[in-house]
Amino acid sequence: MNKTEEVFNKIADKIIDNKQYLTKLDSAIGDGDHGINMARGFSEVKEEFESAEFDSNSAVVKKVAMTLISNVGGASGPLYGTAFLQASKVMEEDLSLKNAVKIGEAVIEGIKMRGKAEQGDKTMLDAIIPAVNALKEDYEAGVELEEALQDCLEAAEEGKESTIPLVAKKGRASYLGERSKGHQDPGATSSYMIIETIIKEII
Amino acid sequence: MVGILIVSHSKEVAQGAKELAAEMMQGDVPLEAVGGTKDGRLGTDSNLIYEALTNLNNADGVIILADMGSSVMNTELAFEFFSEEEQEKFKIVNAPLVEGAINAALQSSFGKDLDEVIAALDPVELAQKKV
Repeated sequence: MNKTEEVFNKIADKIIDNKQYLTKLDSAIGDGDHGINMARGFSEVKEEFESAEFDSNSAVVKKVAMTLISNVGGASGPLYGTAFLQASKVMEEDLSLKNAVKIGEAVIEGIKMRGKAEQGDKTMLDAIIPAVNALKEDYEAGVELEEALQDCLEAAEEGKESTIPLVAKKGRASYLGERSKGHQDPGATSSYMIIETIIKEII
Repeated sequence: MVGILIVSHSKEVAQGAKELAAEMMQGDVPLEAVGGTKDGRLGTDSNLIYEALTNLNNADGVIILADMGSSVMNTELAFEFFSEEEQEKFKIVNAPLVEGAINAALQSSFGKDLDEVIAALDPVELAQKKV
């Protein structure tokens, strides 16, 4: 198993372990299936890894994308699927801060294209956009990779928590209007978990 | 003839809308309904939507009635497996699912073209309860 496979295996474990928590968050403001859907998709990813052989990191990420698209069921399938598919297209074999920024931008572009959401709509983008912005600022300032990843993790966590007072503009939560205030967005939470796992595995 | 695709999170809703539409149309209209995931949960599956679009690909355009969220996203994702020329014939319309499906099937059965069927699917008009 190569390093990228190991990272996605850890992400799968994290999501599966947090199935109930994500579903609880989604039950408060949505249709209550986010944890179930994500766990279903990532269980399938783990199974795919058992039999598949990959000749590159981007092939691993592409496999994850296609597996999520085919198995999740809710909006998180096409959203994360598109995000990882876009990431696989720009991913280089050796990790660098420059490439991490490029991957982050491709992820944001993919999610915006699929979900037509913006920052502040109480979605996964509220965790991802600040995280990528932190990477970008550090790259431009010449900060080392490890420190940049720490900053990225902090920004993702703050971004996730920033969704609590927001009124949802997208997805099922938007049907609740003002009543969606006071709840952390499940999509931003799963995005934070994915970012957290990737960064902790790299550092 | 214009084809109709109904996409819902629920297989029963999609099938039910298809049955209601089929009851009204005059003659054969290419009609497909997709709902739920392949393992029977509520949700949508872009592979199943892709297969339904493939079945409708010989029609003179396809009108898609979708319920919300992942129905729309997975339909748009399925579009991307077709050529740009084919994609131009696929139209997701803003119309209530059941009333939209019934009207679209009926208009298509009259031999109307894609633009004419879309023009007949005014969401405000369709939302008026008729008795």
